[in-house]
Amino acid sequence: MKMTGAQVVMECLLEQGVDTVFGYPGGTILNIYDEFELHGYNQKIRHILTAHEQGASHAADGYARATGKVGVCFATSGPGATNLVTGIATAYMDSSPVVAITCNVGENLIGKDSFQEVDITGITMPITKCNYLVRDVNDLADIIREGFAIARSGRPGPVLIDILKNVTTELTDFRPLPLSEHHRYGRLAKLMARDNYDFKEFEPDHDDINQLVEMLDHSARPLILVGGGVIRSKGAVPEFRKFMEKLGAPVTSTIMGGGACPGNHPLFTGMIGMHGSHASNVASHDCDLLIAIGCRFSDRVTCDVGSFAPNAKIVHIDIDRAEIDKNVQTAHHIIGDARRVLELLNERIMLREYDFSSWRNAVLSLKEPEPKPAEDGRLLPREILETVSRLTDGNAIIATDVGQHQMWSAQYYHFNRPGQLLTSGGFGTMGFGYGAAFGAKVGMPDQVVVHTTGDGCFRMNCHEMATVQYYDIPVVTIIFDNGTLGMVRQWQSLIYDHRYSATTLDRGPDFVKLAEAYGIRGYRVTTQAEFEKAFQEALDYGHAVVIDAVLNIDEMVRPMVGGTSPVTNFLLD
Amino acid sequence: MLALQPNRQTLSVRVDNAAGVLSQVTRLFSRKGFNIESLAVGTTDDPDVSRITIEVFANDQQIKQLISQLGKLFPVHSVKLLDASHSIRRELVLIKVKAETREIRNEVIQIANIFRANIIDVSLGTITLAVIGTESKDDAIEGLLKEFGILELARTGMVALERGQYTLRDETKEKGEYDYGKLML
Repeated sequence: MKMTGAQVVMECLLEQGVDTVFGYPGGTILNIYDEFELHGYNQKIRHILTAHEQGASHAADGYARATGKVGVCFATSGPGATNLVTGIATAYMDSSPVVAITCNVGENLIGKDSFQEVDITGITMPITKCNYLVRDVNDLADIIREGFAIARSGRPGPVLIDILKNVTTELTDFRPLPLSEHHRYGRLAKLMARDNYDFKEFEPDHDDINQLVEMLDHSARPLILVGGGVIRSKGAVPEFRKFMEKLGAPVTSTIMGGGACPGNHPLFTGMIGMHGSHASNVASHDCDLLIAIGCRFSDRVTCDVGSFAPNAKIVHIDIDRAEIDKNVQTAHHIIGDARRVLELLNERIMLREYDFSSWRNAVLSLKEPEPKPAEDGRLLPREILETVSRLTDGNAIIATDVGQHQMWSAQYYHFNRPGQLLTSGGFGTMGFGYGAAFGAKVGMPDQVVVHTTGDGCFRMNCHEMATVQYYDIPVVTIIFDNGTLGMVRQWQSLIYDHRYSATTLDRGPDFVKLAEAYGIRGYRVTTQAEFEKAFQEALDYGHAVVIDAVLNIDEMVRPMVGGTSPVTNFLLD
Repeated sequence: MLALQPNRQTLSVRVDNAAGVLSQVTRLFSRKGFNIESLAVGTTDDPDVSRITIEVFANDQQIKQLISQLGKLFPVHSVKLLDASHSIRRELVLIKVKAETREIRNEVIQIANIFRANIIDVSLGTITLAVIGTESKDDAIEGLLKEFGILELARTGMVALERGQYTLRDETKEKGEYDYGKLML
């Protein structure tokens, strides 16, 4: 079938089952956008026009994290493409499958510093799993197919496809190919056949798994550390829960692992690391075997890496060989998809007996009791999250920005399943939350989506209220409004002798009025009772709402460990 | 025990013979804070595949990380650290020496013969030599010729192969593990 490159892009998106694209048009990508109207692709693919390309990249990321499908965003050349960069880096650090399609100037203008020309493949090289510059329309379909496959397979990640403008108008002979056949043809087939290696047959090494089973036999104090890999691996969470229940060992989690273990499970000791719980951090110090699944021992988990888990043999289970021995030295590793590794582990341990009760009880006794609400009824961050948790039955998708509210969300919301906590764990992108929230809501319209943010973060991308209002995407935004960049202030209070350099946000806007200006309902609440009432109304309302929850400027995230000290040296209890 | 002191290490990398791949590979080194001491690239018996030989100063821990990260790049087919005692390394050096009198020309030619260097160009005022060897030989001849005045010097960068039957294509468990994280369809 003869068609233009622009139409090939649309056909390839349909082959991949893409139903939603977030984006922003511009000069070079006009031909692709024209296809929405010219050949009626807007009947099959919903395009969401964001207020800013960054919002589109975060929305595609949020969509991908919540649905497990590949998120897609469009942008034009030059500034359009560079505005995606923060979003792509965010997706890369958290292994989220996003395909960004950008167009560049035509072949006749490439390399001449033309209007809105930028080397976006060069710019995104270190923050994409793979990227492409398409110069020949005959390669286009093949490259898009390969790009999608790479984005979602193995350890997922973002892929950028930059298409020259002239390629979008040139004609090619497009042969449709069902998704299941893609790996048999073209570049993908070549990639698979490279060095005669059959990727499909890869199975975790059974000896490696047996060795872990043996190590468990000799362990008295095992600790399970679950990371985002278990969330990304499809079908891994049920296997993981079988594994932890069978062992009966305490379970801790990184921020990205939130939802792998139910938040209110008796074995769950909470998050580990800089803002980890006492139980988790102390257990990581005392354990003799640390089984880490799908995590990468980031500095926010280990703090002082030299003194991390000093008494333990570390067993690292990961899909990415490059993560092994990167940050901590491991005693043993298993390479494979988390689901398959856990499946094989479960087969082997099912008939064995484990009794870690004395160790378990020692760790679980460190779990902090539920604190009481403030007697004067003033609003506390924990109360907000407990209320949200209760009123949504722990089933809402929570998209966060970055800072104190992010840690409170991770600590106090009781997550039940994967894909529920959308947060920029690795890159720490302020402004991620709103895009991610409405992207998730578009992908999962039946789920309640709550966006937690701070007054600093919300300012960064609050223009996306225009998008949320126009497409009527019912996202509930809760601003943890303490009039400061709270997390930075916390460091300044504890480490910089209360010198609050450039963190106090004693300035506008009035978020309620701002929301109203965008046509969104706004609330301002200062007490626990007001918050609960406003949040319930927001849930019932069925449209986007912004709740400005006014907090004390000196609220802190507890506990806290300094970045260079052992995880058991708490700077704040 | 892993050596903590950095020493000169040789990596052989098989990559797609395509635009941008070399920059992707070299950028990885700068991103991780390494200066490339020597770099040589060329096609192999397979026209779709190039071989990059890279030398860096790194300790054992660092080189393991570099190998891991290189292995993750899609255009990279395989990466191998070449063990100095089991591999052959050679570099071609072109040296243009000032040689304005007959005596000097004779002396340079003698040095060239001793080092089995080829004389590839002679003019009234200069002689250009080509010498193939490892650093020690190349440095030795360079040191001798300095006396006459070296006008220009160019190195190709080291190329290296393993001795015996070993090749970069050898399938190891580790290589399988690297490939797995890249792609699983």
